[in-house]
Amino acid sequence: MVRHPLRPLDLKNGRVELAHGSGGRASHQLVDELFTRHFHSSQLAACHDAGILPHVSGRIAVSTDSYVVSPLFFPGGCIGDLAVNGSINDVAMSGAKPLALTVGFILEEGFQLADLDRIAAAIARASQNASVPIISGDTKVVERGKADGVFLSTTCVGVIPEGVHIDPSRARPSDAIIVSGTIGDHGTTILSCREGLSFDCDLESDSAALHEMVSAMLCAAPDLHVLRDPTRGGVSAALHEIAATAQVGMRLWESAVPVHPTVRSACQLLGLDPLHLACEGRLLAICPTDAVEPVLAAMRAHPLGSQAAVIGEVIADFPGFVQLQTAYGGHRLIDWPAGEQLPRIC
Amino acid sequence: MQLTEELRLPDRAERLIDAIARALQPGRSYRLMEFCGGHTHALCHFGLLDRLAAPIQMIHGPGCPVCVLPIGRLQQAIDLAVQQRVLLCSYGDLLRVPGRSRQSLLSARSLGADVRVVYGPMDALALAKKHPDREVVFLAVGFETTTPMTAAVVAQAYRESIPNFSVLCNHVLTEAALRALLSSASQSVSSVSIDGFIGPGHVAAIIGTDAFSRIAQTYHKPIVISGFEPIDLLSSLLHLIEQINQDLAQVQNDFARAASPAGNRRAQALIDEVMQVRESFAWRGLGELPYSALKLRSTYQHFDAELRFSLSTDQIPDHRKCRCPDVLRGACVPTDCTLFGTACTPDSPLGSCMVSPEGACAAYYLHRPQRLLRKAHGSSSTSSP
Repeated sequence: MVRHPLRPLDLKNGRVELAHGSGGRASHQLVDELFTRHFHSSQLAACHDAGILPHVSGRIAVSTDSYVVSPLFFPGGCIGDLAVNGSINDVAMSGAKPLALTVGFILEEGFQLADLDRIAAAIARASQNASVPIISGDTKVVERGKADGVFLSTTCVGVIPEGVHIDPSRARPSDAIIVSGTIGDHGTTILSCREGLSFDCDLESDSAALHEMVSAMLCAAPDLHVLRDPTRGGVSAALHEIAATAQVGMRLWESAVPVHPTVRSACQLLGLDPLHLACEGRLLAICPTDAVEPVLAAMRAHPLGSQAAVIGEVIADFPGFVQLQTAYGGHRLIDWPAGEQLPRIC
Repeated sequence: MQLTEELRLPDRAERLIDAIARALQPGRSYRLMEFCGGHTHALCHFGLLDRLAAPIQMIHGPGCPVCVLPIGRLQQAIDLAVQQRVLLCSYGDLLRVPGRSRQSLLSARSLGADVRVVYGPMDALALAKKHPDREVVFLAVGFETTTPMTAAVVAQAYRESIPNFSVLCNHVLTEAALRALLSSASQSVSSVSIDGFIGPGHVAAIIGTDAFSRIAQTYHKPIVISGFEPIDLLSSLLHLIEQINQDLAQVQNDFARAASPAGNRRAQALIDEVMQVRESFAWRGLGELPYSALKLRSTYQHFDAELRFSLSTDQIPDHRKCRCPDVLRGACVPTDCTLFGTACTPDSPLGSCMVSPEGACAAYYLHRPQRLLRKAHGSSSTSSP
């Protein structure tokens, strides 16, 4: 570690200052005394301006995402692991094996260094758990009031295995729609923490990296048609997007959709639909009917897919629309989620 | 919450659906009106309309306060916000309702008017206290369910002598609407044939189930007061059909967990203390109805925005092709309107029934897959729900 001619960072009571983003001594001190305590990748240690990947063969998948969740810490996770898992999942939904991550921090002047330390630790832990190293990063500081504590931006790079062709346009009538677990856990957890809406809740965010389960699913059935993680807008938005792209309809069976009892109760209380609530560690898979059994078996053998279930089918009628057979045998349309129902969910 | 779970059990629902089917007498039809927009929404949301046999026709009633507010009254609020620069407080549902020339509270806000969404009149009063230099007006709408809250807040403002708070009072009376629907003597409303009513549970919790007896007896129509869960609605439908079969016209309380025969006397007393019945009020869809709405009593006139700002009510006609008035009195279903789903959608509504989630048009648009058939085949084959 480089010794700085500044007093050591006070990681207990100290706060982010504008100088920490200036590129000068204070910036380096923040990197050396806070970030490198958590991030150990050889790429970062090399101090290049760019992270460099080894030679890879195959099609490259890249995804970038920004995270502005409020509150920053919530049951089951924080903005740090959310940002790591989120970008890994976006790459995994193309069928790719994630190789590396970059992380950008936008910090608000006055943000507590202790909280930043917790977030950096969570980022490092999530990256290690997923075996996807962080190879580059950046930190900026903005004046107090110009951000809300910390915003993160992560980018993930991955490589798509030979023979895998995941594409939303491949959803075909008669394909099965599978979900990997209960829906809306993350959205409800965030909702339960919000000021003014706080309610007691035994729920945790489902935030998790899904690439290993995806890899197992692709081994079991390489001809998976579509994968999607239902984040903002939930299952409804994800299926609407696929339905519009593939010009097909979707029909879900309400009684088949796994919903945690707490999520169901919260939705009844607040007039929300679980299908509109965000997940951060669930995936939707659309596959031909003959692949359903092997895919389900592969998912259920993985801890993140133990509650995987077929929840519906792709249909030819009403392209672009998603409908639900209710628990009472009738049908209703599922609408696109209304805007701003729950801002800053991830 | 456990109660709600029990009232949503699919097995119980299935048994009731069977019982309803068995109760139907061969060769006769059942034209049943759910008065309340909350019931319309629930029937569509749970997909229950699909499960009712063809002899049952559900007619969607006018019990959506946003829907029955005439454009002229809404325009008063828009004008107050735009021209008088008041801080206008409204329920969120009202923001997108189009007024004159498709202007709305939302479009007024985007042009700089101070329009705030509140959860109730208490929030509006709090804003008045917070901004003593501003005129704060609460746009009050609703049947008897929301009236007590408005009355309570006006009484509080009176007690605390809040000088800058007033209410644009558009509270309406359920009984008057039921009378208008059933009375062939009404000038403005062509009568619609109705065999019985699913009565509004929340209104009944305030005014009491006995308040519906006169209607049931005068017009010989059974009324079953219902809650809003699937089991509530299906039980009430069964009881209504059983009454029709026996030619009974009783008020039956299937919402006893919230509504009593006498209702909430304290709320009634509060309404009576603060408000009095207007001689006449123009309803969207039902026209001018005598003794059908409330205004503030003279003691509280300081808080009456109509008086404070010397407002007059312009009669602004509905869009010439909009069939909200017909939908509101059950003369047609939403898909019969040529604007439905084309020029008029929840994102860009022309009529009020497309705005509120309790409006029949919005309920059909958001929930009924049948609307797509109409779009696909260009016919109104879905006109019977």
